[in-house]
Amino acid sequence: MSVDVKKITLDGLWTNNPALVQLLGLCPLLAVTGSVVNALGLGLASTIVLLGSNLTISAFRKFVPGSVRLPIFVMIIASFVTAIELLMQAFTFELYQILGIFIPLIVTNCAIMGRADAFASKNPVSASLLDGLMMGVGFSAVLILLGGMREVLGSGTLFADMQLLFGPAAESWKIVLIDDYSGFLFAVLPPGAFVGMGLLIALKNIIDGRLEERRKRQTPAGPTETQRVRVTG
Amino acid sequence: MALIRSSSPHLHKMNQTGHVMRLVLMATLPGMAAMTFFFGWGTLINVIWASLLAVGFEAAILKWRNRPVGFVLRDYSALVTAVLLGLALPPFAAWWVTLVGVFVAIVIAKHLYGGLGQNPFNPAMVAYALLLISFPVEMTRWTVPFVMIDAESSWSVLSLFDTLSLIFGSIDSALIDNYTGATPLDALRHRGGLTTEEAWRQVPVLADGIGAWHAVSAAYVMGGVFLLYRKVFTWHAPVAMLGSLTVLSTLFFIVQPDYFADPFFHLTVGGTMLGAFFIATDPVSSATSNKGKIYFGIGIGALIFVIRTWGGYPDAIAFAVLLMNLTAPFIDQYTQPRTYGHAKANRGMKGDA
Repeated sequence: MSVDVKKITLDGLWTNNPALVQLLGLCPLLAVTGSVVNALGLGLASTIVLLGSNLTISAFRKFVPGSVRLPIFVMIIASFVTAIELLMQAFTFELYQILGIFIPLIVTNCAIMGRADAFASKNPVSASLLDGLMMGVGFSAVLILLGGMREVLGSGTLFADMQLLFGPAAESWKIVLIDDYSGFLFAVLPPGAFVGMGLLIALKNIIDGRLEERRKRQTPAGPTETQRVRVTG
Repeated sequence: MALIRSSSPHLHKMNQTGHVMRLVLMATLPGMAAMTFFFGWGTLINVIWASLLAVGFEAAILKWRNRPVGFVLRDYSALVTAVLLGLALPPFAAWWVTLVGVFVAIVIAKHLYGGLGQNPFNPAMVAYALLLISFPVEMTRWTVPFVMIDAESSWSVLSLFDTLSLIFGSIDSALIDNYTGATPLDALRHRGGLTTEEAWRQVPVLADGIGAWHAVSAAYVMGGVFLLYRKVFTWHAPVAMLGSLTVLSTLFFIVQPDYFADPFFHLTVGGTMLGAFFIATDPVSSATSNKGKIYFGIGIGALIFVIRTWGGYPDAIAFAVLLMNLTAPFIDQYTQPRTYGHAKANRGMKGDA
């Protein structure tokens, strides 16, 4: 079974993006994207967990009985999350405190569970690893985009407090976009996350629509197949 | 809209949206005049600025959505939203506060949901709630009525030019401190250890300035009665809302008059009357049937009392209306009137007993 690199990559990053299309893992997505550094921290942690869990589950897929697969997946994911949690506690303690409960909650992130059940348990290790990486990157990209939007709108800065993740050298990365900004609290609070997320999904749908139109114009003729819109993951 | 249910003959003069909206605009004039008289030019400037923005945003997004710009603009609904928001904002709200508010009202709360008639929430109230949450400092800086500033001079509001420079220019904190203060609702809420009665005697805005709020409320009632007379809306929602607010506040006031405000206070300060006659009667986002409107109004009144008394924000009209907007489809489902010729009304979900 050959690995379809292009399809897996495109699926994770765009067509089946866990955050924008499957709408999985929305709880951390909405809760911690108040700034880029929070988003990046959680995105990295989720990606690493996703990589580890996909790898392990794929490697053991032939030994896992179907009837108890979900508890086994949860155990595997939970052990990776615990490892990540301890690592973050050791190396990025402040960020660990800021993200708080949302690091242990990665266990319940449906995007990770979903990939484990839908992909890793049915595919070879190399494909699962690539899938985990692409899904993780796709998820993180949305997190960072949303975090950036909310940070700019909410406090008028970008890349503030990056030293929490990259050490003291990153302190100067902070860009103050608007001096003397009085703050737009709505963007920082949860409703801002919902509205921002809605706008991102709308944007993706617009781009998809445009691409579809262009494709249709290039390949005319022939009866077109009607496609159902996918609303849930 | 102006669909008053009645028996035959069913032939009516066509009641266009634009006509109804113009009546609503006219009905806000007494309230606007009273606000300007007591609180200075700020309200008028806000309303005009909000209207300009609303027309601009509405035209832009209509064009973007490929809708007929001129035709839709002539239904005046954007203007009504802008005027209501302008009246609800503090008179000294900075220009960008109004800008954000009108953008949210017109673009997000109205057109992202599909335009007039499709919005589940009242656009002006969505904008107000968002501003209140986002800019607590700007949104709670309310002007004091002129009667409290200088008892000697006859009409001592801030001059038109100064108000303009305050709204569109830099904030002069010395000037602002002279002309702003807590609203009665705020004052009564944060009165320290005083009982209600002591607060009424000692807190200046309650002792001297309360008349301004009474007058403004009376002006809104005038506008509301005019709209009721012209059959723009029915009495159900406003009466139910004011009724439930009165009943609840009376009950609590009787039990513990030291702690709770009296019903008259609840009815005449803050945005109660504006909310009852101009917001709760919004034909799009409120319940549809007459019975539904009564439930809708009762809900708003009860929520206003609860949020004002125990909530975190001094006034509650926006939150109460938004929460009840959410329930309006549900209310509609259970209050559908009986169709003529049918023994039983077709209510509730299919499959309900």
